[in-house]
Amino acid sequence: MAYKNYILVCAGTACESSNGIALYEELEKELKAQGVDAEAQLVKTGCFGFCEQGPIVKILPDESFYVKVGPEHAKEIVSEHIIKGRKVEALLYDKGQKKSLQAAEIGFYQKQQRIVLRNCGVINPEYIDEYIAREGYAALEKVLFDMTPDQVVEELLAAGLRGRGGAGFPTGLKWKFTKNVDSDQKYIVCNADEGDPGAYMDRSTCEGDPHSVLEAMTIAGHTVGANQGYIYIRAEYPLAIKRLNNAIDQAREYGLLGDNILGTDFCFDIELRLGAGAFVCGEETALLASIEGKRGMPIPRPPFPAVKGLWGKPTVINNVETWANIPMILLKGSAWFSSIGTETTKGTKVFALTGKINNSGLIEVPMGTTLREIIYDIGGGISGDKKFKAAQTGGPSGGVITEEFLDTPIDYESLQSIGSMMGSGGMIVMDEDDCIVDVTKFYLEFTVDESCGKCAPCRIGGRTCYNILDKITKGQGSLEDIDTLKTLAQAMRKASLCGLGQTSPNPIMSTLHYFEDEYLAHINDKTCPAGKCKDLLTYTIIEDKCIGCTACARVCPVNCISGAVKEAHVIDQDQCIKCGQCFDKCKFDAILKG
Amino acid sequence: MAKMTLEELRNLRESKKKEMTQRDDEGKSAQIIIGMGTCGIAAGAKDAFDAFLDELNSHNVTDTKITQTGCMGLCFSEPTVEVDVPGMPRVIYGNVDDKVARRIVKEHIIGKALVSDHIFDKPAADIIK
Repeated sequence: MAYKNYILVCAGTACESSNGIALYEELEKELKAQGVDAEAQLVKTGCFGFCEQGPIVKILPDESFYVKVGPEHAKEIVSEHIIKGRKVEALLYDKGQKKSLQAAEIGFYQKQQRIVLRNCGVINPEYIDEYIAREGYAALEKVLFDMTPDQVVEELLAAGLRGRGGAGFPTGLKWKFTKNVDSDQKYIVCNADEGDPGAYMDRSTCEGDPHSVLEAMTIAGHTVGANQGYIYIRAEYPLAIKRLNNAIDQAREYGLLGDNILGTDFCFDIELRLGAGAFVCGEETALLASIEGKRGMPIPRPPFPAVKGLWGKPTVINNVETWANIPMILLKGSAWFSSIGTETTKGTKVFALTGKINNSGLIEVPMGTTLREIIYDIGGGISGDKKFKAAQTGGPSGGVITEEFLDTPIDYESLQSIGSMMGSGGMIVMDEDDCIVDVTKFYLEFTVDESCGKCAPCRIGGRTCYNILDKITKGQGSLEDIDTLKTLAQAMRKASLCGLGQTSPNPIMSTLHYFEDEYLAHINDKTCPAGKCKDLLTYTIIEDKCIGCTACARVCPVNCISGAVKEAHVIDQDQCIKCGQCFDKCKFDAILKG
Repeated sequence: MAKMTLEELRNLRESKKKEMTQRDDEGKSAQIIIGMGTCGIAAGAKDAFDAFLDELNSHNVTDTKITQTGCMGLCFSEPTVEVDVPGMPRVIYGNVDDKVARRIVKEHIIGKALVSDHIFDKPAADIIK
């Protein structure tokens, strides 16, 4: 016998600490006492992510959402809601007098808005029919039968869609350039060479909704007059490749790709080109070179690919997320799309939220959402109740956003003005335990490794910056090093050939600006405030606190801790490799790290 | 199917739409939808998939369909699974390993009760109605 109602009680750590367990037990008691334990099931759930309003109770199937529920409310919830079917008004989430009756009405749950990810986690990506059932290929129908290419371009311009790969160039304008060039052959390219550390938006989109990319590329082909498309995707994404190939086969079988699409004169086909995973191939001119079978190295622009791209022919090249937006814009109209977002940046942005955050994940929010909403409301806050230090956006080309900017509405311009950038959508959250110099060194190590080596500012400048940062983390830095870093950064920005070199000093400039004191601590005081840089750490045993339990000596991998049982132990500093295992093992706080 | 015309595509869309909504109304069958992006698979979605199959077979449950989908975005709770049983609210379970998968079959699919401790919320309202 199925239950009529389900009472969901949040059992996340935050709710549990605000008396959630007592509430659960009280509800259990009341259900029995009032004789309805067979009608309603009591269920513990994961965090609803709305912790400051906890403990939270949600009742299904009517989705009533009760906040700040205490054990004393259990009786009323059961007698009113479960038995009489009346909502307990006093407990409903109240925002500005208007009582929200259902979860979906609460602003918190609308912080995410899924346009790009509309089908991810909803449809089976291996069946074209499920995509079609959710208005798939309806935008292509519209473009083929009801719109002229000019109207399509106008619609995209009016929508205000800007490239989601990072630079934010208006997509409609790109298409317009290519459309207006006279050429016997044009190409459409999808940039799926996602390379930023910690970013996986494009992979998830290709895996979860491959047809949205195919449909959009076909639309672009019709609009600009191209008959061939290429998806450049890295070989490290085997599942995305498999699903895209499968989707292409199904679309061809249905006549949605190939000759005479839907019985018209329009012919268009798409093929995959696999990249070997070089970061620089995400740069569009290097990407096109790689498709042509050449070594993936950038060339100066202009001419831009829109005019002279693949094999010298006009080429529209957009990133996966940009493509996935397009069918929805054409179906729902530019007015709908441009109503979402900020003045300069319309629509939504997908972020891969990672790092020291409770609910890491793939999120999609309207432009203009603040970092605070993303981290604390959607992400559930910093893990382990640590203090927020900074968020890194834009990957190796971006910078850090500090606490003072948590309330800045996010768009291309606002992020740039505070020294970071939108980038492709990786967002890495750092807490007080992360050393900013160490993080910067990580990004430089990445760009040094990925530099193609063609131009000197990037090849030599990057390496020199890395060496200086390495020196600083080892306590061997000097104040001149900071000036050298700044000079090098300027030179790299101005003289590098492509985006990789021009932007790779960004992490240095941004962290020097906001965290200069941390650099200075490494240089002047030879300490790492976050306790991350091994060479600047020492572990010592506090004699008074040590009871001689030998736990540390037993765990030490190099046997450098000595001392008799029940007597204070000593660490041999010359032998210590600073692994920190003794520090973690000690139950008496007898080991000092610093 | 052979190449389609506009007419055929529209007909297909309508019939598939009906098929997808009717499932809820007529109560023909239950559905288990497993998030099988790279993230889900890495977290053990394939083990969960096998456990679902095995448990359904061993209880002779034949009216429940197992299907896969992409990433729902709830990476902190992978593998994620959506369960849709007629007459019950659609819910998303997180951290579904082999054991939880078997519990879902026994308690939710057969027992018609929700499985405690593993329910998570859908991240956003659907823009395609």
